[in-house]
Amino acid sequence: MKFKTRSFDAAPSVLEIEDLTVQLAGNRTAAPVLDKVSLKIRQGETVCLVGESGSGKSVTSLSVMGLLPKGALEATGGRIGLEGRNLLELGPQAMREMRAQKISMIFQEPMTALNPVMRVGDQIGEVLDTHTRLPAREKRARVLDIMNQVHLPDVERIHRSYPHQLSGGQRQRIMIAMALILEPQLLIADEPTTALDVTTQKQILGLIAELQEKHGTAVLFITHDMGVVAEIADTVHVMKLGRIVEHAPVEDLLRRPREDYTKQLLQSVPSLTPRPARPEPQGGAVLSVSGLQKTYGAHGVFARREATRAANDVSFSIPRGRTLGIVGESGSGKSTVARCIMRLIDPTEGDIRVADREIARLSRHALRPYRKHIQIVFQDPFRSLNPRWTIGRSLIEGPLNIGADRKAALKRAAELLTLVGLPDDAVNRYPHQFSGGQRQRVAIARAIAMEPDVLVADEAVSALDVSVQAQVLDLLDELQKKLGIAILFITHDLRVAAQICDEVVVMQHGHVVEHDTAANVLANPQHAYTRALIEAAPGRLWDFANFRELKSA
Amino acid sequence: MLGYIIRRILAVIPVMTIVAIFVFLLLRLTPGDPAAIIAGDMATPAQLERIRTSLGLSDPLHVQFVTWVGLLLKGELGTSLISNTPVTQMIGQRIWPTFNIAVLTIVLSVLIAVPMGVLAAWRHRTWVDYAVMAFSVLGFSIPVFVIGYLFIQAFAIELRWFPVQGYAAPSEGFGKFLARAILPCLTLATIYVALIARMTRASMLEVLGEDYIRTARAKGVKETVVLFRHALRNAAVPIMTIIGTGFALLIGGVVVTESVFNIPGIGRLTVDAILARDYPVIQGMILLTSGLYVFINLVIDLSYTFFDPRIRY
Repeated sequence: MKFKTRSFDAAPSVLEIEDLTVQLAGNRTAAPVLDKVSLKIRQGETVCLVGESGSGKSVTSLSVMGLLPKGALEATGGRIGLEGRNLLELGPQAMREMRAQKISMIFQEPMTALNPVMRVGDQIGEVLDTHTRLPAREKRARVLDIMNQVHLPDVERIHRSYPHQLSGGQRQRIMIAMALILEPQLLIADEPTTALDVTTQKQILGLIAELQEKHGTAVLFITHDMGVVAEIADTVHVMKLGRIVEHAPVEDLLRRPREDYTKQLLQSVPSLTPRPARPEPQGGAVLSVSGLQKTYGAHGVFARREATRAANDVSFSIPRGRTLGIVGESGSGKSTVARCIMRLIDPTEGDIRVADREIARLSRHALRPYRKHIQIVFQDPFRSLNPRWTIGRSLIEGPLNIGADRKAALKRAAELLTLVGLPDDAVNRYPHQFSGGQRQRVAIARAIAMEPDVLVADEAVSALDVSVQAQVLDLLDELQKKLGIAILFITHDLRVAAQICDEVVVMQHGHVVEHDTAANVLANPQHAYTRALIEAAPGRLWDFANFRELKSA
Repeated sequence: MLGYIIRRILAVIPVMTIVAIFVFLLLRLTPGDPAAIIAGDMATPAQLERIRTSLGLSDPLHVQFVTWVGLLLKGELGTSLISNTPVTQMIGQRIWPTFNIAVLTIVLSVLIAVPMGVLAAWRHRTWVDYAVMAFSVLGFSIPVFVIGYLFIQAFAIELRWFPVQGYAAPSEGFGKFLARAILPCLTLATIYVALIARMTRASMLEVLGEDYIRTARAKGVKETVVLFRHALRNAAVPIMTIIGTGFALLIGGVVVTESVFNIPGIGRLTVDAILARDYPVIQGMILLTSGLYVFINLVIDLSYTFFDPRIRY
């Protein structure tokens, strides 16, 4: 692993945050959201701010931009120094002039960060309209120039496009173009690659580094991903509960973390080394899929479009007590497969056998008794539980549907909550009273309440912080041992797949390109796409948990 | 897009056929002898016979229908039983006051309500917001005739700014039209201002929480630009729906306001026709209003594509 080891002692500092304190507006007695945060960024330097959700990373960046939500949060102390001025003391007009000219920001979700009803060229041009007086021709030339600099293809066409006509990676390039067109001294990047596929992430990280080099921009990079930190950081600041607990040059921090919290954070980064192989299972498959195909858009009288094959000839099977992972990027068809298996959508072709029964073509009605054999846990724990229902009601709905007695179901619900590590009195509470990790435990309890043979986990840990992610993965593993359940684990994250899967199926463009044991897929990938995926995984040469280079196998 | 418009226009055919059948049956299926209903209690047998022949009521039902539709397609809606003038001519005279009042009302409502709603959303949970919401509740709850008479009392009788009642066509001079139309339009606008302001506020509140609003602010764009260029257009679709339905309702005629301000519009024409059991006029009005509804709905649907490029038909 090669870290950045440049020294910035001689470079002039761009941003100096000193003892920044942010509190809830109108509530000075509550614990501050940011507690005396100090950090310094020099010209050309990349400072990474890492921490779990709620640690105050984004609040720090929004404070610098002067974009704290009005009426909710306010900066009550400290100083944010840029070019000798304290940004906290600037009026709204002066602060607006700083934005895009001196400091720019790019955000996590390129899908939602661009105005959907404005052409992207106009959105970039608006920065020039706001801060400069340029004739139309020159303005257009500048916009096209920056679009070329962020390596967008066919800039003339993209200039006229609306955001929904572009891919996630292209939209993030538009965001970067917008941020850098006026060559600000400081770029704040708030999880800019989290919503992107690994291969796209690699390109975007490369692009930021390239432009930073070219313009000498200082970058404040906010992330929760230690892999990304290892790849791009000069200096790392670790945040926890509104405080910076540790800061050091990247290599120091990863080799010799001083604080327990930092160590804990690093140790929960899932390793790319696959889990030790488990003994071969006894008995046949509880779920087997063969020749599964899902085609969209082929029917309809007026349809002239070519049909899209979201999944094509997908076959695999899972024995009892084992975990099979489907790995792929967005659009690979992995979620389509999961949804077909759940019969949330109807497969176009192919067989799905659950509990020795072909279910791919059963009618909705005939399917009902088989629903209990296969249950799903979704990605977003904040949206997959009905906010107006108590946890108990969510848990017993399934059992009641298949004819369980209400009292018995409630008793069982309490037991299930204990099983997933939650207090049993949680049955009477509502989803908003729980954290993301706890809600995901509830979602798992809801799924296993039906005593299924197969549990489908569709990106079930992707929205969670690494430490919580590790706990939920442990929980799934433990439940599998206790209940002998088979797990179909859909993920885009190779690290997670390595930790939990016995077998891995790699999908690309609706096809299975590789299917082997987890150890073989990760250590000895056969298909070029699998190799590309592994190579794009950030920090793949570093063993985070042991603070050293990965021992090459 | 063109294909969509054609398909939408074709879809008008079944809708209007159903309306036509309903309108046709309206008279024929009313209990009792339609001719007797039309002629009233004092009719002589000779009068009844004349009405039967003039409406073709002695023919079998399907023959009557074909004849009626045939005339309809030629644009003939029959003659009024009371005044003996053709229905098309009667409606033609009365539609323009209603239409002009409706257009002015909607324009006024939008000009007042949209900025109000935007402001309320921008200053969410401040006194501005509460004031807009309070006005909105008032606008909903005060009956139209109360507002109408209050306006007449204040602006026409006390202040003598405008005439008390009456109507003048824009062709007689726009100032003259405006002076007579402004009070009825403001009266009608209260409820639409309330409705549109509320919808604008709700839609804007949702949009202002979106990521691209934060992006716009991060670019250093002024708040007014953030609100009107970035947010309002994204919030436009539900607002357009309300405006369109409001306009359709206004075109259908507004009886109370027309009565209060003595405007010769189609609202009063309809009521007079109903009271006098002038069936040909009633039928004409139902056909006209349903046709307008269908047309306005089409225009609203097409307007969505203008506001949101993601909507493609």
